[in-house]
Amino acid sequence: MPDIKITPLGAGQDVGRSCILLSMGGKNIMLDCGMHMGYNDERRFPDFSYIVPEGPITSQIDCVIISHFHLDHCGALPYMSEMVGYTGPIYMTHPTKAIAPILLEDMRKVAVERKGESNFFTSQMIKDCIKKVTAVTLHQSVMVDNELEIKAYYAGHVLGAAMFWIRVGSQSVVYTGDYNMTPDRHLGAAWIDKCRPDLLITESTYATTIRDSKRCRERDFLKKVHECVEKGGKVLIPVFALGRAQELCILLETYWERMNLKYPVYFALGLTEKANNYYKMFITWTNQKIRKTFVQRNMFDFKHIKPFDKSYIDNPGAMVVFATPGMLHAGLSLNIFKKWAPYEQNMVIMPGFCVQGTVGHKILNGAKKVEFENRQVVEVKMAVEYMSFSAHADAKGIMQLIQYCEPKNVLLVHGEAQKMEFLKDKIEKEFKINCYMPANGETCTINTPTKIPIDVSLRLLKAEAVRYNAQPPDPKRRRVVNGILCVRDNRLSLLDIDEMCDEIGINRHIIRFTSTVRFEDAGPSVKTAEKLKTLLSEKLEGWTITISEANISVESVLIKVEGDEDNTKNIYVSWTNQDEDLGSYILGLLQSMVQ
Amino acid sequence: MKLYCLSNDAAKPCFVLSFKELLIMLDCGLSAHSVLNFLPLPPVPSTRLASLPNYTPPHLNDPLLEGELKECCGRVFVDSIPEFCPPLDKVVDFSQLDVILISNYTCMMALPFITEDTGFKGQVYATEPTLQIGRFYLEELAEWVSGGAGGAGGAGAARRWKELLHVLPAPLALAARPRSWRRLFSAAALSRALARVRVVGYDERVDVYGALDATAVSSGFCLGSANWVLRSAHEKVAYVSGSSTLTTHPRPINQAALRGADVLILAALTQTPAHNPDHMLGDLCVHATVTLRAGGSVLCPVYPSGVLYDLLECLSAHLDTAGLAGVPLYVVSPVADSSLAYSNILAEWVSVGKQARVYLPEEPFPHAALVRAGRLKHARSLHDDAFSADFRQPCVVFCGHPSLRFGAAVHLVELWASNPAHAIIFTEPDFPYLDALAPFQPLAMKAFHCPIDTSLNYSQANKLVRELRPRELALPEQYAAAPGGAAPRPHIAADVPTVLLRRGAARALGARRSMARATLSGALAARVAPRDVRAGLRAAPLQAALRVRDRRVSLDVAPPAAPGAPRPQAPRLDCSAPDVDALVHALGREGMPDARVERSADGCILHLPRHDTLVHVERHATHVFCQGDAAVRQALRRAITSCLPHV
Repeated sequence: MPDIKITPLGAGQDVGRSCILLSMGGKNIMLDCGMHMGYNDERRFPDFSYIVPEGPITSQIDCVIISHFHLDHCGALPYMSEMVGYTGPIYMTHPTKAIAPILLEDMRKVAVERKGESNFFTSQMIKDCIKKVTAVTLHQSVMVDNELEIKAYYAGHVLGAAMFWIRVGSQSVVYTGDYNMTPDRHLGAAWIDKCRPDLLITESTYATTIRDSKRCRERDFLKKVHECVEKGGKVLIPVFALGRAQELCILLETYWERMNLKYPVYFALGLTEKANNYYKMFITWTNQKIRKTFVQRNMFDFKHIKPFDKSYIDNPGAMVVFATPGMLHAGLSLNIFKKWAPYEQNMVIMPGFCVQGTVGHKILNGAKKVEFENRQVVEVKMAVEYMSFSAHADAKGIMQLIQYCEPKNVLLVHGEAQKMEFLKDKIEKEFKINCYMPANGETCTINTPTKIPIDVSLRLLKAEAVRYNAQPPDPKRRRVVNGILCVRDNRLSLLDIDEMCDEIGINRHIIRFTSTVRFEDAGPSVKTAEKLKTLLSEKLEGWTITISEANISVESVLIKVEGDEDNTKNIYVSWTNQDEDLGSYILGLLQSMVQ
Repeated sequence: MKLYCLSNDAAKPCFVLSFKELLIMLDCGLSAHSVLNFLPLPPVPSTRLASLPNYTPPHLNDPLLEGELKECCGRVFVDSIPEFCPPLDKVVDFSQLDVILISNYTCMMALPFITEDTGFKGQVYATEPTLQIGRFYLEELAEWVSGGAGGAGGAGAARRWKELLHVLPAPLALAARPRSWRRLFSAAALSRALARVRVVGYDERVDVYGALDATAVSSGFCLGSANWVLRSAHEKVAYVSGSSTLTTHPRPINQAALRGADVLILAALTQTPAHNPDHMLGDLCVHATVTLRAGGSVLCPVYPSGVLYDLLECLSAHLDTAGLAGVPLYVVSPVADSSLAYSNILAEWVSVGKQARVYLPEEPFPHAALVRAGRLKHARSLHDDAFSADFRQPCVVFCGHPSLRFGAAVHLVELWASNPAHAIIFTEPDFPYLDALAPFQPLAMKAFHCPIDTSLNYSQANKLVRELRPRELALPEQYAAAPGGAAPRPHIAADVPTVLLRRGAARALGARRSMARATLSGALAARVAPRDVRAGLRAAPLQAALRVRDRRVSLDVAPPAAPGAPRPQAPRLDCSAPDVDALVHALGREGMPDARVERSADGCILHLPRHDTLVHVERHATHVFCQGDAAVRQALRRAITSCLPHV
């Protein structure tokens, strides 16, 4: 029994640092290569020494696949390719290839320049790493080598996010990365065809949540922002430069336009314009509506949203600020937070998931005081709101995807253990398939049925089809082929016996039996033959019986009636050794008829 | 496997391949040469065209022909809405087509003729740029043709002249089957046809009803242009249409995927084999500069996409170096804005160099920057208010249609024809430029012919065929060597069997199928024990349950037969005759010791008198004549099989 082995190095019953090792059919594939935002030490990167304790890693991994540009999915890639020394192929989509280096550079700056970390990858390493990447387009089937094939599907989570279908021989796996099953303001919904993989590896961030309708959440968000600025408060929305930020900008922009609001909205980034440019270039990756209207009006040209300057932090009066990074773990958003947190009229809206260890995670859990590395303590009096805008599939979406692609097994990653447990039960009950949820470092083995490719002679198939189609249709009828299995150079074929003889150049030795039955029946022999045919047709339903003069043939069994008129008839029944069953059956029939 | 050819025009091909019980249409090109026989449809009424004299054939008085024909400078034109020459519809029933595969946007213009009101029920596949740019082409064409101001009285459809071809002068008399020419489809039919198209990416394997995989691979000719590879487990057909090995803006051609096909179908080679596209581009820049320097304006009748992008890029750069950076460039087309905007979001479909710009991020084509700088302007039509207010001469205008029978170009030629300072430069290879200009004669403005056709020329195509090593080649007959006696022409010469096709022809192709791919279940595989037949070949009889689902065949363990009913057995392959002495022995063991053996030249006869049984043993057959006793027969069987060498 061939099997598929999966070992999560990250994202096993955990969110952050996605990195999953997959081995099947003798190929080893690394799915995502992310870093953990909650750690500042070596736990931040996946434990590559698990793959090989020492020595080169390239020979152990056939390819690395990156699902999207979020750092918890690609953050460790430069570390792996430039510092650990992986030189094999790396695959990602075009937008991911374009955007990932910017986010990596952003993170590197925060880590090295603000936190003063050493032993981190350099800008040049990021560039060198991205140069090694092979960009793929949606649905393109890429042959990594002769046996390993991968194909990307639209995942909707962020610009350029993809799910990957991976095949080796007859085994296949789908890895979803992060995905979203409901279209939002700028991206479409994830889609996959009925590819029936042996295993579906799906994220399960929102394993237990069924989110209320998108529209409600949006209304809620706008109401909260509007109320706060009306009272003169400042609203901080920590976001990542690309992704959710654009959706929320579109949302606020249209609301400001409609309500004719004048409060300033800032987007705190030199990146803004650049980021929006990426959206313009890769507009084919956004949703239908934006693609349709982009010629007339580009959704990413904002009227009300202006770039932010650090000096605005202390400006009086209401404002809305989008600042990076999204989990309040470093950078500008954290600086603004420190300034605004102590005032009640202000508000922070966390539009996405925060990993453990970040300030975002702490305040969402109700922390009223936050302590920083330099012993600085900040009191949190501002309102803290959580609005799930991160585009992950919820429980309903995950079930939907399973229904779409009909996997034979499901494996959950990128979620919390407790919630996974719940979803696992649900999947096993509803779809009657096995569901797994290995922890980090734990290997999960999945058996798959063997399927061996074989070439079948068309002559054989056509003969069978003729026989099958001659019978009245019955979906339950078994179809059977008989032939000779041939093994040559490890390749299998199923041949018709005559083809086989030709093939190997031998003459077949045929054994034939002929028996005689005497039958008293007056009249010409043709008449007798017709009588026999009627009898045989009754008894042998589903067999082709033909008659010509006094010769009847039932498939390959021949029956011949001989004899003069008004006399005893000799009925000869003749069949080959192979047709013994049928031949003796017919002979038996005739004998019983005579008696 | 059979191939039908439905198109007359090798550059606008239309083939139908019948294979594995499927009918697959390869491209559906619309030949527009027929429009050259018609009078132009000016966007604003033209007094000159309206006042052209009627033409009546000599010695003929046919009132029905009244007003159908006009004469201009000794040439006769039909005064009617122009008609096109769609693929032949009588050879293949379009309702029976399973799939249409489109290679690029220049080869899909007849799509509505095939899919609409014909009962077509199949699938249409094209790449995303092909669909989008094809839509621009078709919409522009539909708008130009329906938007004529009717200055040339062509309201009705002239029909009578088609009955009187024999009395008309050339070239009208030589028109090919004008009775099959059709008016352009309606806008509604057009959008219905385009809505059927399913978008595919390069190297995406499209499963065609389980019978085969179709894959579009880059052909390097234009944005989203594709060659199609049809593959089943044992057969491979490559359809190469509109390919280019030159480096321009699209993704380069993928040759590896086309290699080693059983059949290679080659179509849409260059229409101007005598002209090198690079030189032509250079000539065009020179002609444009000279004209502009002299204060004249330049008109380029073009399609709204394709080579236009290269022209804009090269010409603007050339004008910059020539000190003519102030000369405005105009693109006039109902789809100009969409086409220019669209080209800049196709990062995944452009050459590596252009793609690198996207990562910066900058637009892959420089025309976005030209638009921002106000250098390049686009307008829906000539009488757009903003456009007219802005229009400055000298300038360069790019507009359609290259046939000069409809579209903004008609008006501009009318306007500029009498001024020798202006120039018209033909770049599209689809129409002979003198024929295009015929209804505008006499012409004072300069006319230059710089056809830029980046498709394969004959030497490139010959080289490609040699490299791809197909087992068989299929071509439109135009691409073959000239028939005996005629002047030699450039042609495709390959040392593989070649099938030539002309419009309406159906030819059988050589590929014979003998095997189909199936899967064998592990359980069944574990049951068979193949024995060595000879070195490197093992065999075993196999009986398997056959399952066919979505045309995919799988073999599994056969369930036990229902009791009582006979069922055929897996065949036994017996290799040679039994040894007679051994057989006598074996019969003895089975309780039949009284066999009498009579040897003869070609075998021997065993007689078992007690059981009234004869056994003829020959070289290739053993024949047993026995009575009806089943027990005796089974004993005989056992005895014979025991001494037969078999697989």
